[in-house]
Formats: sequence, structure tokens, C-alpha cells
Amino acid sequence: MIPLWIFDLLGLGTIGSPVLLLTVFGLSALAPWPLSERAMARWTAACVSSGLLSLSIIAAIMLATGLRHVPVEIGDWVSLPEEGFHFHLKFIFDPLSIPFAALTFVLAGTVGAFASRYLHREPGYGRFFVYFAVFLLGMIVAALAGTIETLFLGWELVGLSSALLVAFFHERPAPVFNAQRVWSVYRIADAAFMVAALTLHRVAGAGDFAILAGSDAWPLGQSPLTSAQALGVGLLLLIAASGKSALFPFSGWLPRAMEGPTPSSAVFYGALSVHLGAYLLLRVSPILELSTILCAAIVVVGLTSAVFGAIVGRTQTDVKSALAHASLTQVGLITAEIGLGLRYIPLIHMIGHASLRTLQLLRSPSLLHDYRMLENAIGTRLQHKDEWPTRWLSPASRRRLYRIGLNRGWLDETIDRFLSRPFARIFRWCDRMERRWTDLLAGRRSRESDQVVPASSLSEEP
Amino acid sequence: MERLHFSWLQLGLLLPLLGAIWTRTRRDPIVARRHGLIVSGLTLGCMIGAWIDFRLIAAPEARDLWDPLSSLWGRELLAIDGLNAPLLAMGSLVYYLTILSTLRAKAGEFSISWTLLSESVLLATFAAATPWGVVTMMSLGALPPYAELLRRKRPSRVYLAHMGLFVVLLILGEYGVSRAGTHAEQALVPILLLTLATLLRSGVAPVHCWMTDLFEHATFGRALLFVTPMVGAYGVARLVLPIAPDWALEVISLMSLFTAIYAAGMALVQREARRFFCYLFLSHSSLVLVGIETATPIGLTGSLSLWLSASLSLTGFGLALRCVEARVGRSLMTEFQGLYEHIPMMAGLFLLAGLATIGFPGTAGFVGLELLVNAAARALPFVGISIVIVAALNGLAVIQAYFRIFAGPPRSSSIDLRIRPSERIAILIISALILGGGLYPRAGVRDRHEAAVRLLQARAGGEAPSPPEHQPIAKFTNAPGSP
Repeated sequence: MIPLWIFDLLGLGTIGSPVLLLTVFGLSALAPWPLSERAMARWTAACVSSGLLSLSIIAAIMLATGLRHVPVEIGDWVSLPEEGFHFHLKFIFDPLSIPFAALTFVLAGTVGAFASRYLHREPGYGRFFVYFAVFLLGMIVAALAGTIETLFLGWELVGLSSALLVAFFHERPAPVFNAQRVWSVYRIADAAFMVAALTLHRVAGAGDFAILAGSDAWPLGQSPLTSAQALGVGLLLLIAASGKSALFPFSGWLPRAMEGPTPSSAVFYGALSVHLGAYLLLRVSPILELSTILCAAIVVVGLTSAVFGAIVGRTQTDVKSALAHASLTQVGLITAEIGLGLRYIPLIHMIGHASLRTLQLLRSPSLLHDYRMLENAIGTRLQHKDEWPTRWLSPASRRRLYRIGLNRGWLDETIDRFLSRPFARIFRWCDRMERRWTDLLAGRRSRESDQVVPASSLSEEP
Repeated sequence: MERLHFSWLQLGLLLPLLGAIWTRTRRDPIVARRHGLIVSGLTLGCMIGAWIDFRLIAAPEARDLWDPLSSLWGRELLAIDGLNAPLLAMGSLVYYLTILSTLRAKAGEFSISWTLLSESVLLATFAAATPWGVVTMMSLGALPPYAELLRRKRPSRVYLAHMGLFVVLLILGEYGVSRAGTHAEQALVPILLLTLATLLRSGVAPVHCWMTDLFEHATFGRALLFVTPMVGAYGVARLVLPIAPDWALEVISLMSLFTAIYAAGMALVQREARRFFCYLFLSHSSLVLVGIETATPIGLTGSLSLWLSASLSLTGFGLALRCVEARVGRSLMTEFQGLYEHIPMMAGLFLLAGLATIGFPGTAGFVGLELLVNAAARALPFVGISIVIVAALNGLAVIQAYFRIFAGPPRSSSIDLRIRPSERIAILIISALILGGGLYPRAGVRDRHEAAVRLLQARAGGEAPSPPEHQPIAKFTNAPGSP
């Protein structure tokens, strides 16, 4: 019998390593003497290694003893028992969380080592590693979360670091606009997640996965929710997962996210962040099983995303966008697998896909060099064979699909046309009405701010 | 009533008052700023001392050890309780940080004398033991911005029209309420007048235009100091909540919710930074009102927690914007300012404070917002969902503003734009409080919960901390534990 304190200690080691990394980088950002590049790389390597080591020991003990579910209770972060309000911090180590957390540590460590060379002497080197530490902490917290509120905590950290890293090259407007687009979709996903978490608290009285998804080790748990409750909550969680994993119809942000530096693209949109939505669905899979309609919706969303990714990916002219849509195809398939009731297959699919995609994205800056090496080795040009759709589709259909792919399904344009622009129009009208009102009260032009003129050419104003 | 171990409150009120007179006589604005900073720091020390002292004596309400003012007046004038203890400290902190982060080059534009005077009035508002004291001080508090508008020869009619109406409604309302002996005798009209007055002061739509107008014409610091302590919300908690019937609170809650959504949408379409900040602030202060008016322990706890965190984080956010304005003038939200390379630390504070305002995990605003959403969802699910939408919209606005101000090609400048030591200190203080409150929220939330329960007891006819004259209503449907 293994004493529980050993698990607590190792669990805290797993979580504490990214916390320590973020604390060190955060304090160094505030201090007048920032850490050197080498020190940041070493801190990253040390914290990732120690976290992975702690996790590996827990996994080894669990395998040796046959344990399948190890909770590590941190306690109530905030608690008002008389009001029935608890924010409970709890982490669980089970057949789902351990592989995902291990994958996070391995890929984050790899990408951290890559980035320390790739971004050498880049002005934003320190900034990259601060965001990277936020991301690592968010991923580990989300992966090991034992309550829905703990998962939300990690979920938010991942979203913020993603958006900030997309805008890493913030001296150019395009990455910034794209980061705002990514952040907008994430906020929709976060709102859906928050409402889902609240609803779960209301219907089940707790946010603990041991109650929401049953006390048996994943994936054998039984949820106490009714079918109707599961459908309502599940649809909200599906929206949250779709936003985070760029599933249809939220896929528009994924290629935009490739504006960030290659290491962040690899770890976020090729490997880890893009799978977080699918991971969420796996975590709440006992709830999904309660509603056939919900499962069907998940399959539809997953397959639509996969087909969309496959069509759009074939028309991309840059390697990172093509890889992004290839990721979307695979994530769509993983989601469909979850909807079909599979549990270990999507988990294995996720791990394999994340590893492959990280490798591809990290190699993408030297793709032409790699092609040239291959061609030199075989002594001829690489041959491109026609793929099966091009053989049996008519030229008109191919042209139509090509147009859809090239315009990325007009997803962003649709959102702009039917959501963003009407929203802006309504509130600009309100702003004009307010101006009239204050002008009337003031008896003159009431806004000094109207006289402020743009100072730079990078302005949205005509 | 219990007594504190020292006359913290009176000293804390007297210091800025004397400081205002003293700095008025200083000709050099830089010297006046330095002296003002010392006075404001001492005032902050007094208010923190009062809070600690109050916690130590563990009484529901307390007053100063020596109380010559009350002896002179013949009745108690100042008191500290669970509601106002942290507000006094927070209010004095906001003033201290604002003076601290005022650049010496801008000391001439920003009157330290008026600032200290308004600090004294604000603290007196929070510490007033009687409703008439709150009413008087709230009315007097409207004067410093007006004086500044006159002094700077800026348009003041919008502000004057709204604040004049506010003062009239407040006085008439309180007069009507104080004439009625018991709740049964309370007429609807005085309650309605008081409610309208406090909503006007809070900037609830459609009577919010004075706030945008103030941000247009006053100095950024003055406007910031006038709005961020959320005196209007204090008026609601002290004057309206104890006597307003449930249906009135529901109406106010819906109006506040509408304002929160409206202001969040307006923040997203503003082209200028001050107006953007004003709407962002309005959205958050309206959320605080939504919580107060749920009149449930959990909603009120969330609201009081959010009040402190939003005041602090919006002060940090506003001060960061003010520092930017001090460097590059009034900023447009439609162009990139490219300031990150010059002031990365300020960018960090801007982002951190912005995230705290939207209740990002790990910051001071998170738990308050969670409690508020929870309470609202329990009362009316659509209100809870609306608050989540407001938070999402404000999140978009904050990140948009961050990118517009700090992203873009590095700005070329002939002057040194880097951060000054006093600004660095202000940033470190605000960051520490935002993160400290976010990482260890338990004590703060427990403290706010106690204050919330006492407020509701007062409303239900239990032991009323203040104001003593108001006869509370007898019905208390939202007792702890009730659905």
C-alpha cells in the first residue's frame, strides 16, 4: 500500500513545476534585470523535466499497483459553505489525464528547446517564454483538472497565451488583427464553457468530475444527469470545444493563428491547444453517452470539420496554413470518434497526431531545404500524383470546391457580415445619438475627442 | 458602539483637508505634488490602520477613540463597519496611486489641492454614520470636478445638468425618507427619488452621458478619481438597499444589466481611449449594481468583492492609460501606438489590470465575478448568462485596447518615453494587489460575505449597522441558505 502523501507530493511536483516556471519568468519581467536567454532556456528545461519526472513516477506507481484513479486534493480555493459556493481545486491522475499531461510536458520541452535556438536574439525572446510558461501551466492544469472549475482555470490560461503569441510579431498589423480574431472566438468558447460549468453546478450540485462523470476511473464512470440535462450541458460544452479546437463553424481562426512564431504554432495549433477541445469532450464522455442526439451532433461537427479541413487544406499556398488545416482534419476525425463512443482510440489518435504535427511544424521553416535534399538524393524532381477526388470529380465541381477552399468557406466573411458589422453599426448609431444629446445639452460641439487625429499610417480610419 | 484604539477616521479625514490648504499655498506644482504625496500616503496609512483596528476589535461597527467632532455636533458623525472599512482603504489607495503616478511635467495641470480636498470628501462619504452625512458628502463630492472644468474653461453644462439633478433628487429623496417614521409609512416617491439619484451618480443608462462628458473635458486623473471609487454604488448600498421594496430592486437590477451590456458594446466601437475607458468602467460598475440589487448573500458578496477588485483594477487600467496619454497625448483606438518597446512594464500592468476587470482566473476579479454570475443564475438564469456575455464583450475590448496602444511599429520619439520610478512603484503596488487578491481570495471573500450578511440583516430588520435613522423593511426573503 502506497502512502497517500507520496501521491500528494508527486502531484504537487507535477503542478508546481510550471507554477515555478511562471513565477520565475513573471518576476524577472517585473525586475529591472531580466533573465538571460540561457537562464530562461535552462529554467524551462529544468521545470519541464521535473514536472515530467514527477508525473512519470506517479504513472509507474499506478501501473505497478494497479491503481487507475489517484486524486490529489488541494482544497477549497474559495468556499462559502452556507451559500453552497465552493471553488474546489483538485487534480486527478487517471488513464486520460496522465497521457495528455505527459504529452504536454514532452512536446513543451521539445518546443522550448527548439525555441531557445529559433528565437535566439529575437527582441521578444523573454516575452515568448513568459507566454510559453502561462501556456504550459494552463495545459497542465487543464489536463489534470479534477473539477470543472479547475479545468476552466487552465482553459482560460491556454486561451490568453494563445492569443498573445499569435500577436508575437506585434509590430506588424496582420498578426495583431489575427490575434484579436482568435481571442474573439476563444471568448465565445469561454462563455459557453462558463455557462456549462454553472449549469452543471446547478443540476449536479458540484463541479467534481467524480460526481459529474461517476466515481469509477475514466472511461467507466456513470453520470447522474438526465438525458435532457446532458443534452443541454453537452451542447454548451460542444460549442466550447469547437471554439478551442477550431471545429466547424469556428475554423476560421486556425490559419490566422499561424502568424505567430513557428514554435508556438507547433505547440499550440499543431499539437496541444487544438486538442484541448477534444480532451474536454473525452473528460466529460460519461455525460455525452447519456444523449444520442448529442453524440450525433458531435459526430456531425467532427466530420464536417474534417471534410472542411481537407478541402481548404488542399488550396493553401503556405506550408503552415496547409498543416493547420491538416490538423483540423485530424481533430475533426478525433471528435467524430468521440461522438461514436470510442474512448481510447481518440486518445491514441490525439497523441500520435500531436507528435507528428509538432515534428512537421518544427520542420516547416526548412521545408524547401528538405525538399531539395530529397530531390538531390533521388536525383530527380518529386512527383505529385493526382489524388482520388480529382479523378472522379467533374471540372466544374473541382472548381467549385477549389473556390470554397481558397476562400476558406467564407466563414470569416459570414461572421463579419451577419455578426460583427451589424453589431458595430448598432452601437455606432447609439454613439451618434449620444453625441447629439450631449451637443444639445452643452449648446456646442461636446466632444474634444473628435479633434484627435490619427498620428500614424496604421489606422483603421479612412 | 465599540471604539477603535485610535482616532484613525478623523485623522484620516483631517490630514487631506489640511494638506489641501497647505498645498494650495505652494507655488511650485512639483513641491505641491511631493507634499500631496506625503499627505496622501499618511491618509492611506490611517485608513489601513482603521481597517486593521476594526478587524482586531471584531465589532459590527465602531467609532474613533476620541471623537471631538461628534461631541461638537451632538451626534455621531463617523463610523466604520464591515462595508466601509475596506472601501476607506481602497479609496485612499486610489488617491495615493493617482498622485504617485502623476508625472512632474503634468503636476501643473492636475491640482493637488483639489485632489486632497476631494479625497477628504470621499473618505467622509464612506465614513459618514448617518444618511444625511452620506447625502451631504455625496453632494459635496460633485464639486471638485466642476471646479476643475471651470478653472480649465471647459464645457461644463452637461456635467452641471446631471449633477445638479442628482443633488436635488438626493436631497429631496432623503428628506422624504427621513420624514417617514417607519417602513410602513415610507412613500414610494422618496424611495424613487433616492433610487434615481444614486443611479444617476452611478451612470446607469440613459443618464450616463455626464460621465463620458467628464472624461472628455476634465483631466484624466480627476475623472478617474471621481468615478473609480463607485460612490453611486455606495449610495445604493447605504441609502436605497435598506428601504427599497423587492420589485424596485429588480427594476434597478435590470436597468444596471442593460447598462452593463450597452456600455460593453459601446466600449468596442469607441475611437478614443478615454471614452473607451469610460464605457469599460460603466459596464463594470453596472455589474456591481446588479449584484447589490440581487439582495441575496451570495450576490451581495460577489458584488462587494467585485466592487473592490474592479475599483482597484480599473484604477490600474486607467492610470496606465493616463501614463500613455502623458507621453503621446490623447490616443486613438483606431491606430497602433507602438509603445510596447518603450514601456513594456506599463503594457504588463495594462494587460494584468484589464484581465482582472474581466474576471480572469488568478486575478482579483475572478472570484467576485464567479460569485456574481452564480447568484444571478440562481435568481434568473438569463441574468447569469447576460453577465457572462458582458464579461466576454469586455474581454474583447480590453485585448483590443491593449493591442492598439502597445502593438505596432515602435514609436519614434525625441523624448525619453521610458517608465519613471514613481510609476514603477505604482505598477508594482497595483500588480501585487491584483495578483495577491487573485491567488489568495479566501480572506477577502469571507470578509465581504460578513459585510453582505449584515447589510441584508439591516434590510430585513435585524441589527442595522447604519444608517440608524432608516427604518428597514421587515421582509427578508433571501436569508442565507434560502433558494
